[in-house]
Amino acid sequence: MPVSNIYVTIFQTFPDKIPDTIFTILLMLAGAVGITVLAALLALIGVYLERKISAHMQDRLGPMHVGWHGVIQTLADALKLLLKEDIVPAAADKKLHLLAPFIVFSATIAAFVVLPFSETLVLSNLNVGIFYVVAISSFVVIGIILAGWASNNKWSLLGGMRSAAQIVSFEIPASLSILVVIMAVGSLNLGDIVQFQNGGILHWLIWKSFPFNLIAFIIFFTASLAELNRAPFDLPEAESEIIAGFHTEYSGMKWAIFFLAEYANMFLVAVIASTLFLGGWSSPFGNFMNYGIFSIFWLFVKSFSLIFIQMWLRWTLPRVRVDQLMYTSWKVLTPFAFLCMIGVGLYMIF
Amino acid sequence: MGFYDLIFWLFAFISVASAALMVFSKNVIYSAVGLLFAFFGVAGIYVLLAADFLAIIQIMIYVGGILVLLLFGVMLSHKIGGVQLETGTLHKIPAFIVVGGIFIILFRVISKTVWPLGTAAKEFNPTVEKIGTLLMTDYLIPFEIVSVMLLIALIGAAYIARKERVQ
Repeated sequence: MPVSNIYVTIFQTFPDKIPDTIFTILLMLAGAVGITVLAALLALIGVYLERKISAHMQDRLGPMHVGWHGVIQTLADALKLLLKEDIVPAAADKKLHLLAPFIVFSATIAAFVVLPFSETLVLSNLNVGIFYVVAISSFVVIGIILAGWASNNKWSLLGGMRSAAQIVSFEIPASLSILVVIMAVGSLNLGDIVQFQNGGILHWLIWKSFPFNLIAFIIFFTASLAELNRAPFDLPEAESEIIAGFHTEYSGMKWAIFFLAEYANMFLVAVIASTLFLGGWSSPFGNFMNYGIFSIFWLFVKSFSLIFIQMWLRWTLPRVRVDQLMYTSWKVLTPFAFLCMIGVGLYMIF
Repeated sequence: MGFYDLIFWLFAFISVASAALMVFSKNVIYSAVGLLFAFFGVAGIYVLLAADFLAIIQIMIYVGGILVLLLFGVMLSHKIGGVQLETGTLHKIPAFIVVGGIFIILFRVISKTVWPLGTAAKEFNPTVEKIGTLLMTDYLIPFEIVSVMLLIALIGAAYIARKERVQ
């Protein structure tokens, strides 16, 4: 049932008992709750997948006891985390220690609202969609820095600073590779970007202006791994050097919120990557199953494939050093991203 | 009171309250957090004025760039709380005269200007394309001058930061 039908049904039930203002607020709250629940569910699935995939890559079985092949293991873990004691270090800055996880989580959820899940199912069809996602993600950096500082722990502070330096550096190649897509489509709207690629696998932007968009996709994927603080770029949490980085001093539900935000962010990046380069919700086989609920199916297939690659890389590659990290961003990814931009520009001229 | 007004007052309150927190807090980090929410509130007001592109730019430049650098620098400083805000020599009377003068001028300007009330939100037109076209036509030379100046600043920063070459 499309969203508009629900709207109409509610409106018919209560014709003029509810004032317009309250009705709008309620509708927006419903949307916010829906998106938050979706993000939480995806995070649960993501954690389970990570544990299973990492286990199988290391010739283990992973969680097996709670439910069939441990499918409700993460649910049990979430329950455990809810009941755990919340420990705040005595020397920590209490207010900011509490505020930081919520900034990180709400920024992640705020980015979710513009994701197009199908042609009609998009919570807010923003005109500046992709730009909004890039901008709102910068709140995550602030949250991480604050978490690192407020814990009053040198490992936390180091983790927070590493994270800030890393995200700020990798934002540049990521934004430049997004720009490559925007140049081809001529719109910042995520819905328009998908419409542009509608009509099968050969229309995907990854093949356009060959090979520049393909390189741009690889740059975006690499840079997004670094922005997610995931291996091989997980220096902010390098456990052999700085314990757990910015969330060393977090426990219980606050730690769970960081974890939730990380996995929700993984999904967010995967959806953005598949929307920009892999046709988003459009079917890879032209008009075959290219409508209604199948759009959501295709988007999830593409996103979870990318999430699988993220996990695959994490459990395959060792962690890079700080200097290697900066080298990758400034001397490899950024120049090549500029090269892609020039290449696509040349394609557009000739 | 409509929905639009409600949202406006919410963002206005966020902006003003966090700006006050920023100014009056004695902890530099708290000031930075105040600044964060002030930027957020102002971006919200930009959206209500149908300036979508400006709102996003506001978040991207100020939160993603400037505030991160600010926090980065502040976190490394030794003395965070209880900073003495007053400097050694005080010129209270001249300060009051200057501040009072500026206040009177600003008050006159605000009360004399004819404000277009309630027109912005009714017609929501996307602004990205118009801004882009203007930057590439009417304002091309200022745009290019600014970009060259930014490049010079970038090179200058890199020059100052780099290590001296060993001869």
